[in-house]
Amino acid sequence: MNLPEPRGPLSAAVIASLRGGTPPEAVAVDEQVPVLSDEDAQLALWVLFELHFRGFDDVAGDREWDPALLRLRGNLEARMEAELREATRPALHAAPDSGDLAEDLFALVAADHGPSLASYLHRHATREQVLEFLAQRSVYALKESDAHSFVLGRLDGPVKAALAEIQYDEYGGGRPERLHSTLYADALRAAGLDDTYGAYLPQAHVETLAANNAQAVFGLRRRLRGAAMGLMAAFEATSSLPCRRIAAGIERVGLPAATAAYFHEHVEADAVHEQVAVRDVCAGLVAREPRLRADVLFGVAASLHLDALVGGRMLARWGAAPQVADGRRSA
Amino acid sequence: MRLCPGGPLLVRGADVVRDEAGVAHAVTRPVVAVCACGKTGRPPWCDGTHKVVRRG
Repeated sequence: MNLPEPRGPLSAAVIASLRGGTPPEAVAVDEQVPVLSDEDAQLALWVLFELHFRGFDDVAGDREWDPALLRLRGNLEARMEAELREATRPALHAAPDSGDLAEDLFALVAADHGPSLASYLHRHATREQVLEFLAQRSVYALKESDAHSFVLGRLDGPVKAALAEIQYDEYGGGRPERLHSTLYADALRAAGLDDTYGAYLPQAHVETLAANNAQAVFGLRRRLRGAAMGLMAAFEATSSLPCRRIAAGIERVGLPAATAAYFHEHVEADAVHEQVAVRDVCAGLVAREPRLRADVLFGVAASLHLDALVGGRMLARWGAAPQVADGRRSA
Repeated sequence: MRLCPGGPLLVRGADVVRDEAGVAHAVTRPVVAVCACGKTGRPPWCDGTHKVVRRG
């Protein structure tokens, strides 16, 4: 993909720097504006992180490790982490501490009452709204699970084996046509949408960008490996039931079976992944490194918080009443 | 093979899972979750329904 259009002075400075091969121009940052709701900052972060994933056709490869860009990104990441810690403080304060981390994590997820995008998609969404949802989700789903793979090299023993097991399934179990990102591209094409990587980045809401960026904020930083795995586990643990509803919604509005197939696959896959992620990865990690417990819980709460923002934005945009919380997450 | 408390049975390294009627279901994942609550909509596989059952 090529560099996107900027959405403000910060993303403009980053994009100009990447395009021109020049150092980024200093931009006065208003630190009173939260990074989490600043689409200019989130697009700048997304573009900077993308250098570590597929990159851009119009950017020289070595800019991935440009010290000035890394410094700029580090500042945004620090602010985003601080905002997420602040936003999740109440949920974490109320989180159970039973001595059984797996049960505590499932309880934290079950206690969440964020808006349910899946319930709306299931029963009420128009065909156009379902297509809009699919386009938003593509920003993540075409690079599905990739941020978590960065964590593999930071783990060891049974925890590494458990994460590898999840990733192997996400990556199609040896069958490239079953890569989840490929299944999503198939789903987009069948729905008449563009399956090109990054095609819907220009339409991505700030909440969509923030949820996607959080995976990289945690996944690319060894210190935050506990949060990365908590985020991944919460994502898996809020997927099976919602994906069943989304698949039913896709079928209700008459979109093709290949579009629903991606979500049907996730009903079954994520019922497995949530158990492995919560019990073997998260609880396993904390058993080896007890001081990571707080960060694992933080990752779970951050995922729930970001998902509520993503769902809330779309439901508000459609004028939909908040849906009764069910299995929560959009997928 | 391992039973998750309140959840499914995790099975690793199987090629086939036979349901109660003796019907063979091919395994296509490194690990599969077999329904243990009896309420799944996609037998023999877990679909997360146990969470609704447990809560309700």
